[in-house]
Parts: sequence; C-alpha cells; structure tokens
Amino acid sequence: MSIGSIPFKFKVSIDPDRCMSCGRCVENCSYGVFKKEGDDIRINSRNCVACHRCLAFCPRDAIDIEEKPNDYRSHPLWTREVREAIFNQAKTGKIILAGMGNAKPYPVIFDRLVLDACQVTNPSIDPLREPMELRTYIGKKPSSLKLKQLPDGEVELITKLTPNLQIETPIMIGHMSYGAISLNAQIALAKAVSRIGTFMGTGEGGLHESLYPYQKNMIVQVASGRFGVDINYLERGAAIEIKIGQGAKPGIGGHLPGEKVCADVSCTRMIPEGSDAISPAPHHDIYSIEDLKQLVRGLKEATEWKKPVFVKIAAVHNSAAIAAGIARSSADAVVIDGFRGGTGAAPRVFRDHVGIPVEAAVASVDAKLRQQGIRNEVSIIASGGIRESADVAKIICLGADAVYIGTSALVAMGCRVCGTCYQGNCAWGIATQKPELVRRLDPETNSVQVENLIHGWTLELAELMGAAGINSIESLRGNRDRLRGYMLDEGLMEVLDVKTVGA
Amino acid sequence: MTTVRIDAHRLHYTPLNQKIRAAIADGATEIIIDNVLGQRFIGDGVRGDDVTITVNGVPGGDLGMFMSGPTIIVHGNADHAPGNTMDKGKIIIHGSAGDAVAHSMRGGRVYVRDNIGYRGGIHMKQYMEKRPILVVGGAARAFLGEYMAGGLLIVLGLNGVTPISERGVGSGIHGGEILVRGPVDEQHLGVGAKQTPATEEQKAMIKPIIEDFAKQFNLDPAPLLVSDYTRISPASARPFANKYTWE
Repeated sequence: MSIGSIPFKFKVSIDPDRCMSCGRCVENCSYGVFKKEGDDIRINSRNCVACHRCLAFCPRDAIDIEEKPNDYRSHPLWTREVREAIFNQAKTGKIILAGMGNAKPYPVIFDRLVLDACQVTNPSIDPLREPMELRTYIGKKPSSLKLKQLPDGEVELITKLTPNLQIETPIMIGHMSYGAISLNAQIALAKAVSRIGTFMGTGEGGLHESLYPYQKNMIVQVASGRFGVDINYLERGAAIEIKIGQGAKPGIGGHLPGEKVCADVSCTRMIPEGSDAISPAPHHDIYSIEDLKQLVRGLKEATEWKKPVFVKIAAVHNSAAIAAGIARSSADAVVIDGFRGGTGAAPRVFRDHVGIPVEAAVASVDAKLRQQGIRNEVSIIASGGIRESADVAKIICLGADAVYIGTSALVAMGCRVCGTCYQGNCAWGIATQKPELVRRLDPETNSVQVENLIHGWTLELAELMGAAGINSIESLRGNRDRLRGYMLDEGLMEVLDVKTVGA
Repeated sequence: MTTVRIDAHRLHYTPLNQKIRAAIADGATEIIIDNVLGQRFIGDGVRGDDVTITVNGVPGGDLGMFMSGPTIIVHGNADHAPGNTMDKGKIIIHGSAGDAVAHSMRGGRVYVRDNIGYRGGIHMKQYMEKRPILVVGGAARAFLGEYMAGGLLIVLGLNGVTPISERGVGSGIHGGEILVRGPVDEQHLGVGAKQTPATEEQKAMIKPIIEDFAKQFNLDPAPLLVSDYTRISPASARPFANKYTWE
C-alpha cells in the first residue's frame, strides 16, 4: 500500500511508576489495546478509540490517553479528518461508516441563545416553596370544548378527547433499538423512565419480553423495515411512533449487519439469525402525505384509536411544511430530529452534512403550525443534541412540548461518546451484543444513574422557570420573549423569532 | 357456526371494524359484509383463527393489515396493500389487487386470482415457522418482491398473460424466493436477484400451495403442476456487506 500507515488517533501510555501490573486494563479493553506479557503490559495504541474504559477502571490512575499525538502540517482547508477520509477511501473505495452525531464544528445555536430571569418588577418564584408544574401532555388538544349544563348544576363534557401521554417532566428517552444497543442498556433505560413517569422509545428492533413489565412507559416504533411489528407489539406500547427519518442520516434507511443479529435480536426483530436487517429509505406504503395519513390511521384502527401515534422526521429544509402535513394526518405528535442526533452507524457524509439544527427546525415548525391554526393538533417533540437542562428550556421556548434524549442517557450509563458504536465492541456494554460485554452493564445501577440525570435536569428546569417568574411549563412553551440571541445573525433570529441581547 | 351479516352501505371503516370486532367477540365465526365500497382497513389488527370474513364488493387499501388469524374472502377487486404487515391468516381475492400487495407480510397467505400492481410482496420476511406466501394467478407489475427478506411468492400467468413483463423483479432481495411459471427475461431482474430453472424438488415444494390456490378459485391445477418454473432468489444474503468502510 503506497499510502502507508496513518498516524494513531490516540496514544496510550502507562506510567510505570504508578502501574502495579494488575491487568485490569487488559481485562476491560475490548479493542485489544493492552496485552500482558510476563509482568509487562504491552500497548497497541492503534486500536484505541478513547472509550476510557481502561482509565475508568485503573486503580492507580496510571493510564494516559492523548488525542492526535502526531501532527500533520496544519491547514485550515485540508484538515486531518479530510485527509484521513481520502486515505481510507483511496484504500477501500467504499462509503465511510461513522457513529454518534454530527462531528463537524458547526456553530451550536443553543450556545448562542440566553435565557431570561426576573429582576425587581416581576418577582421570581422559589420552586422550593411554590408548586412548579412540569407535567406535560403529549397529543392532540381540542380546539374548543363543548359542554352541557346538567340539571344538578354539574357540567358534562361533550367533546370527545383523544388519548394523550402524561409525562411528569418534559424529558423522554428517544428510540434506540435492541440491536443498536444491548438489552441490559434498554432495561436500564426502561426502569428509569418507569420510575420517573416518562417514556422511552423501542426503536425499530421490536420489544424484547424482558421489557414487557415496562411496556406502559414504552413507545413502540414502526419503521420502514417493519421489524418486530405485529398486533401484540402495537397493543403493548403506550404510543406508536412512525419513523420516517432520523436526524443523523436523513433520507436514508438503516442497516443492522448480520453479525449483530444474534438469537435474541433475531427473535425480537422476527428475522432469521445472522441475516442483515435492512430498513429501506422510504416506507413502501408511503409515497405522499396522503399515504402517511393512511398509515397513521391504519395503526389507530388496528389499536382501536386508543393510542397516540407520533411521526418522526429528520430536521430538513422543508420541515415546517412537512410538519403541517403531519398535523393534518391524524397524528398526535411530530418528532423533529435535528442534525446532531446520534446513531449507532451512519455514513459519515450524511452524519456530517445532511439536515439542519433542531433549534431552527422546531422554531419554524411551531411558527408554521400556529400560522395555520393547527398547533393544537400535534405536540412537538424535539430531539438530536439535547445535552443539558438549558437546552431543554431553550427548545421549549422555541416551541417544543417535550424532548427526547439519546446520547445524554447513554453518557449517564458510562458512554464516552467515542463514536465507534458500529464496531459492536462497546466496552461499556451499551452498543454491543457480545454477552461478555453486555454483562458489564448492570441494569439496576445504570437505571439509577439515568434517573438521577433526568431528575437533576428536571430540578434545574424548575429553577430556570422559577427565576423567569414562570410556574408552569405551559407558560414557557413557545415563549420566545424569554430568549435572546447572542451573536446570532439577523436571518437566523428571524427564523427563531427571537430578539438580540440588549433589545 | 354463527353467521353475522353487516351492511356496509355508507358505513365508515371505523364503525365497520367495530362491528366486525363485536361480532368476533360475540363468537361469530362467519361474517359477511355486503355493499363494501372502498372502505379501508377492513379487518385491521383483528384476531381469530376460526373466523371467516366475506367481503362482497371492493374493499379499500390495507385490507387485513396487521391481521392475525382470520380468513378474508373478497368477491371483487382489492385496492393497494392487502395483507400489509399481516401476521397470520388468509386473504383470498376473487379479482385483482393494487400496489404493494402483501407488503412486509410476516406470515399467512394472500391469494390473488388475477393481477397485482407494482411492488408486490415487497419486503416480505420470515422467521422460524412463519413463512408468508403470496400467490398471484395472473401477472405482476414492476418491482415484484423488492427488498424481499423471506417468504414465498408465486406468479402463475394464468389465462395466457405474461406473468412478468416489467423490470426490477427482486431488486435488493436478500431472503425468500420467487417462483414464476415459465421463463423470465433476464433484463427484468433487479439488482441483487438471480434466476435459475426451478428443480423438481422446488416444484414439489410449491405443489400443495398451487393445489390449494386452484381449489379456492375452482381451477384445474393439472396444467399448473406440469409447467416449468423459474426460481428467482438472492444473489447474496448480505447485499450491503461490502458497501462500507469504518471511519
């Protein structure tokens, strides 16, 4: 190969003064970086993905991991990433497969929005002693109520209400399938959401029977491959989500390689062991907004109109118009998945270049639905790159009803965002199906960590609301006046419908 | 056997399905629906292995969607996607059907006496004992068996029609098989599909299915059983296996 070897991504070293040759790094690394030879530990830095499993379990803090130990000649255009992608494709002639969310240094809109707080005139509220209403209902709200006065003075509601999901905090966990993540990871998330009183998505991987105890907190997904979908599955879920697109890879399907289709994954997806699970780009029965309506209604009819149906789309140029179509399709919620959304595997070119930020998409969807007088027809769920409670508060101000978190919940279970989920070697037992690795993830302790995270964010959200003099999440929703743009350009501020700082 | 008759004249699909469900809950095993005119989702998500639903008229799209158990007999044509993501049971159509017939079907059988539209049997899949079967008496249009992941699709070309005369057959197929009576022009095969003449063993495998199909429509199975068949199957079970390189 005339290109030769390329520099290490990470350089691993062990401080011999601190190391006691206990071998925990050897046991914990699932990528084959460490090897015990007599009393020595040999290091192969080339295999390192910086998942930090070794670091986290070294009892002596003896391990150091350095990123990009060898410099290329620096160049603003011909970055290291660009050059290495060319080397890779020159060698293989293939599509580059990558993991996690968008890895390009685009500006983060969330970080250029600031929140408001009360001073003097409108007093702030202390959530410690005042009730703060964070409970959220996902689903259709009637545009008007018809009431009938009864002779005894009581009032009867004539309007037929459609089913809503009640969540105790506007934070849910998005769809990560069994197959993409391990069963232990899914169980940990399920335990957490059921204790909190929120929901999680199954992804397009079916519903494993060990998740049945948590099914009333699960949103079952129907995607283009229809894996694991039958009437029992639809009836088990608290809601059904049609996945049209995904922020990490808008416009393309998914593909779970046969190596990851083990006996259990095969059983929940209802496909033979070892076969590729291919989710095509479009749904075969959806070629128009009318067809989407047909599937929404088909799912409602199958479950006797007892379940809310969500439609998830990737945030793209025309999200607002698409969402307006979805709002008229009988769907109960639209999920907008921004271009920073994570994934187990996506072509690098899609992950990094296709789609738009969730902040802009949610703001324009909310504005369009209000303009058309149909905002009450659907809830808006924002996902893709929600990193902290401030992001939750900001996206709600931009019009979202609730958020889905994905990567954040995985980080709460130890994920270091190394971005090599597609290798199936996750040392943390999250993005892998290897029994010896999955065993590392204890569902109970990890569920507590995920619960802690959501609990912490919920407390922060209540504090942020209190500081802004708001005691109900309803009053924060779409409340752009509580946001200001800091160093955002005029065009973007117009889309977001926020003023600049100082204005 | 308890029989229930439902008049579907000017009846929306939701109350129609409610009547079907109520009849099954009351123990009906024979449900006859008259005056069906375009109602979608008939039998959607309905269970009942011993239930037969007779549809007199032309049902709308997604007939028997997610259905698990019953038999639906249609005296008329059907719109698109009968048997969509169906789990178990039978749909017998005395006429033709639209596009995406048996889309993502997981189990059970769909028999169409005459012709079907585009993308028939798309992404059918099988698992363990569940092996969906789609039999088409006449002809199928383009992209038959696209993305097929499992199951069996048979096209018979009865009454002198050419069973396959359009492109994209089995494009992206990675499981299951398509048997077509007579030869198939190589140029009509999609990417990832290959064809071979069906062996005697393969013909023996479809014999009971063809006999059952013929019985449903009062046909003589003999000429169908002596014909030659072409078998279309995946060129690879892993069509995307060599597409990617790791970052």
